Amino acid sequence: MSNWTAYLTTDAPASRRQARLGQAWRQWLALKQNPLAIAGLIIVVSLLLIAAFAPLIAPFDPLAQNLDRRLMPPSTLNFFGTDSLGRDIFSRIVYGARVTLFIVLLVVISVGPLGLLIGATSGYLGGWVDRALMRLTDVFLAFPRLVLALAFVAALGPGLENAVIAIAFTAWPPYARVARAETLVIRNADYIAAVRLQGASSWRIVLRHIVPMCLPSLIVRTTLDMAGIILTAAGLGFLGLGAQPPMPEWGAMISAGREQIFDQWWVATFPGLAICVVALGFNLLGDGLRDVMDAK
Amino acid sequence: MASSSGPMTGPATAPSGSGPGRLTRWGKLLSRELTTVAITMFGLLAITFLIARVIPIDPVLAVVGDNARPDVYDAARLALGLDKPLWQQFAMYVGKVFTGDLGTSILTAQPVISDIKRVFPATLELATLGTLVGITFGIPLGVLAAVYQGRWPDQLARFIGLFGYSIPIFWLGLMGLLLFYAKLGWVSGPGRISIAYQDFVMPVTGVILLDAAMQGEWDAFWNALSHLVLPSAVLGMFSLAYISRMTRSFMITELQQQYVIAARVKGMSEARVIWRHALRNALVPLTTVIALSYANLLEGSVLTETIFAWPGLGRYITNGLLNADMNAVLGGTLVVGAIFIGVNLFADILGRIFDPRTR
Repeated sequence: MSNWTAYLTTDAPASRRQARLGQAWRQWLALKQNPLAIAGLIIVVSLLLIAAFAPLIAPFDPLAQNLDRRLMPPSTLNFFGTDSLGRDIFSRIVYGARVTLFIVLLVVISVGPLGLLIGATSGYLGGWVDRALMRLTDVFLAFPRLVLALAFVAALGPGLENAVIAIAFTAWPPYARVARAETLVIRNADYIAAVRLQGASSWRIVLRHIVPMCLPSLIVRTTLDMAGIILTAAGLGFLGLGAQPPMPEWGAMISAGREQIFDQWWVATFPGLAICVVALGFNLLGDGLRDVMDAK
Repeated sequence: MASSSGPMTGPATAPSGSGPGRLTRWGKLLSRELTTVAITMFGLLAITFLIARVIPIDPVLAVVGDNARPDVYDAARLALGLDKPLWQQFAMYVGKVFTGDLGTSILTAQPVISDIKRVFPATLELATLGTLVGITFGIPLGVLAAVYQGRWPDQLARFIGLFGYSIPIFWLGLMGLLLFYAKLGWVSGPGRISIAYQDFVMPVTGVILLDAAMQGEWDAFWNALSHLVLPSAVLGMFSLAYISRMTRSFMITELQQQYVIAARVKGMSEARVIWRHALRNALVPLTTVIALSYANLLEGSVLTETIFAWPGLGRYITNGLLNADMNAVLGGTLVVGAIFIGVNLFADILGRIFDPRTR
């Protein structure tokens, strides 16, 4: 047993950091037991790597048109064939990973903290604040997500940024719900009472003591939600309301291949496969994380 | 599922009386539900109002389109009440919605409400068949997954569930068309019915299968069905994933109950225990799940209808979107939202009726 393992698995951690790292190590060991979750992890990490090194991986410029070579079937030169403007589909899918990641990250960055704060505040303060905020989430949950996002994009105008805003606007209520449920359990814990007796303000309690405790279930929720976000974004792109051409967005690429679906099947098939694989990766990882992180 | 207490451990507090006490309790419940629905509806209106009037830079242009003449523009501006304060505009908007006035569509030059009445049956037909597909395959799959927990039926159910949550529905529809229509020729292509049969069926209910069956046009009926199979299977994939997953978790809870042990001890056959006793209790929460998945299919129908050129509410909304027809989009959104709320309420009430513990 190396020093590191001993440091991580000790029963008596000497510092807060050691305890935290130790817990992360035990969770990783548990996650490793689940082959499906590891498969998901590999897919997600691959997505990150492909997005990061897109110029090295893609053999062609994703925007370069070559009208002599339009609608070529998959070959050793163009792995996934070419589209109606002679662009290499494989390269476009590789660059599309960046677009997907961009959407997902922006939505998560904006939605996670917002939902967390609303849920924790609602759960901790209770009373009319709770009732008002939860009614608000009810209203948003009463809409099917895609339809509401559609209506928002209709008002804002099509575009990648507006699609992100629309998705974020429709995605926060479940996060608030999860955070609130966690907070309701935590708020009556003894350590919260102790902090309160020390004279901490409500803000301090919510931000420093309740929010960190809600994080694990929120991380799980986020990972499971990623697939939904990707599918919604692809749906908006497919309808022509998300990323605009010539940006290589997977949903828009499927839409572009729609006219040729019966003759040149590869144009619409491969972007769809890419969406499937990535969404499946996030779902598998989220499932595994749920088992590991909150065993409830 | 949070309610781990089975039917054996009945409620200790709720008085099992009948008569006036029970009636007032129902009355209270109903009024609480209705208040919730009223508040949610109000919020729904507030959001659509926000989208219609506050977010766009020029709400008038959003309604009349870019090429409107100045007098049309001014008339629309007055009709929207944009010269009045925001709260008055909102009151006007709510009043109009409640009298069934959702504005006029630019695209069809018809009142949005009559457009929606015309296209809605097509969506209803699709969503109903999709849900039927989900129930027919989802419940048995979920039951088998629960009974053979950890074995291959369970893995299969898990795979299908993950698949259903990871696949873009519009892509699945395209692939279905490619395989079953273009390559194999097993089903008919996009649209509700082939042009050859179009004039045989008079629209009475708007649900083409019903109309054709009522009028005895069986050729048209089979043609319409072959158009319907693929889109409803694609939609049903979604509710199948959801229903089978929930069935599995409800059944696992039920199979751990003492009445199941009692039934087995009595010597009842395993099949009878599972399908007659456990499943029957699992069906109580499942009614809610099925109702919710039905509402969710309305959402799935937006993309599916686009793929299959299905003249329903979803395609109406997307067509409106692509033609900057704001009234059509928001009218459709409002109707979908209202149906969602209605189905939720219905599912709640259904759950209470079927579950004696909540009475």
